[in-house]
Amino acid sequence: MSATRFAAEPGEDARAVPVRLLVVQEEERPAVDASAEPQVMTFPHLLIRELCAFLALSLLLVVLSLLFDGPLEEIANPEKTPNPAKAPWYFLGLQELLHYYPPLISGVILPTLVIFSLVVVPYAHVNVTRAPFAAGSPAERRRKLGWLWLATAALTLVFLFTGAHAVWPVIGPLWFCALLATVPFLSDAKRGVIGLLARRSLPFWVYFWFLLVATALTLVGVFFRGPGWAFTLPWRDGVYH
Amino acid sequence: MMDLARITRSRVFRSLVRHGYPDSNRNRALAVFSNFFLHVHPVKVRLRAIRFTRTFYLGGLSLAAFFLLVVSGLMLMFYYHPSVPRAYEDMKDLEFVVSSGVFLRNLHRWSAHAMVALVFLHMTRVFFAGAYRPPREFNWVIGVLLFVLTVLLSYTGYLLPWDQLAFWAVTVGANMANAVPALGPYAKFLLLGGTTINENALIRFYVLHCMLLPMLLLVGIAVHLWRVRKDGGIYLPPPGEGENP
Repeated sequence: MSATRFAAEPGEDARAVPVRLLVVQEEERPAVDASAEPQVMTFPHLLIRELCAFLALSLLLVVLSLLFDGPLEEIANPEKTPNPAKAPWYFLGLQELLHYYPPLISGVILPTLVIFSLVVVPYAHVNVTRAPFAAGSPAERRRKLGWLWLATAALTLVFLFTGAHAVWPVIGPLWFCALLATVPFLSDAKRGVIGLLARRSLPFWVYFWFLLVATALTLVGVFFRGPGWAFTLPWRDGVYH
Repeated sequence: MMDLARITRSRVFRSLVRHGYPDSNRNRALAVFSNFFLHVHPVKVRLRAIRFTRTFYLGGLSLAAFFLLVVSGLMLMFYYHPSVPRAYEDMKDLEFVVSSGVFLRNLHRWSAHAMVALVFLHMTRVFFAGAYRPPREFNWVIGVLLFVLTVLLSYTGYLLPWDQLAFWAVTVGANMANAVPALGPYAKFLLLGGTTINENALIRFYVLHCMLLPMLLLVGIAVHLWRVRKDGGIYLPPPGEGENP
């Protein structure tokens, strides 16, 4: 945060307007923060790490490319719709959503909401403070726990009944996160796993939920969907592309 | 006899590289400071910032994947014609005629998958570290846009082989664009250059994939890295403060 105590506009051309003005600013910028912590020369310490990382990734991808061939099917034919017609894996979460909601919701509104939520992350106070969710006075804690489960119940109802099918890949992770976030309200342990959970903030839980939902939707779309987008078991029917 | 020191002292060498052999800290500093490609880095870095477990190098690896994609993509462009049915025939040529053609295509494809995953993991790492907080707010926003551009690049590239997989995956996406209220049909028409996926769509996707989107991504990456530098390097929690809640 910067607080300007005194500022004045200096002239554009110092020779034409020979006025010297003192500008006193109280500003904390990380770029000029002095810190006593250990430093190393970029050359070679950082550069060698960058080179190694680049070579490791290149090697991995070269080996992958030698071992596994990318798919190439027959020539595109608009007359012949494959069943199922699957998008690449990183879109299968979205395509899985199409199973529950009409394209307007699953293909337009929900992705737009996700991108919008990501964009505004740094501008929301709760994301900047990142206070532990379970912290506070007993009254505060009771209020927070109430809100947590009210929100969980409301979202559960939404995802149970608004879609063509109950959206379990969203509801499952929601309950998983809500239960984990509840643990520190039941125990005051400061150490171990409970301590770890107790230090998590609300933004952590929301992003964790988003991460699990994205993973669950993608996994279901990739491995558990077959012809007609029906549920299949990959170990029984194989994986459909 | 020309030894290394004499070469690095010569006028020709000094006109190219404006410092001596990096065997002193002064020359090591100049190696970074006076080099166009390295000057995104400061001369010194905090030890904590370059530990693998701090960032898993996910941002840098995303950039590395992009570099591999540009190189392999350029080579693929030498063999590719964005027309129907030539595009598909070129895939077959890559498979059976071009030396290492299959390898080239594989490398481009797996690098693309890797880049989507790496960029997403990078975003996740940055979120959990809380690195989007002031003064880095807008750089996070640029990062989100870079993620969207990465996905769009991947999507546009998916049509280019012109096989059944490409055609129907893009159909799914184009139908989603169609669902945008009021503007949907126009958005779909703009994307495909028509109402169905045909040769017009292929040339649009080709231009988007090989020109417009990579250029936008390159500019975005430049601004992203420049801002990282201006904000004092990557985010580190204040010394003594441990994990981020």
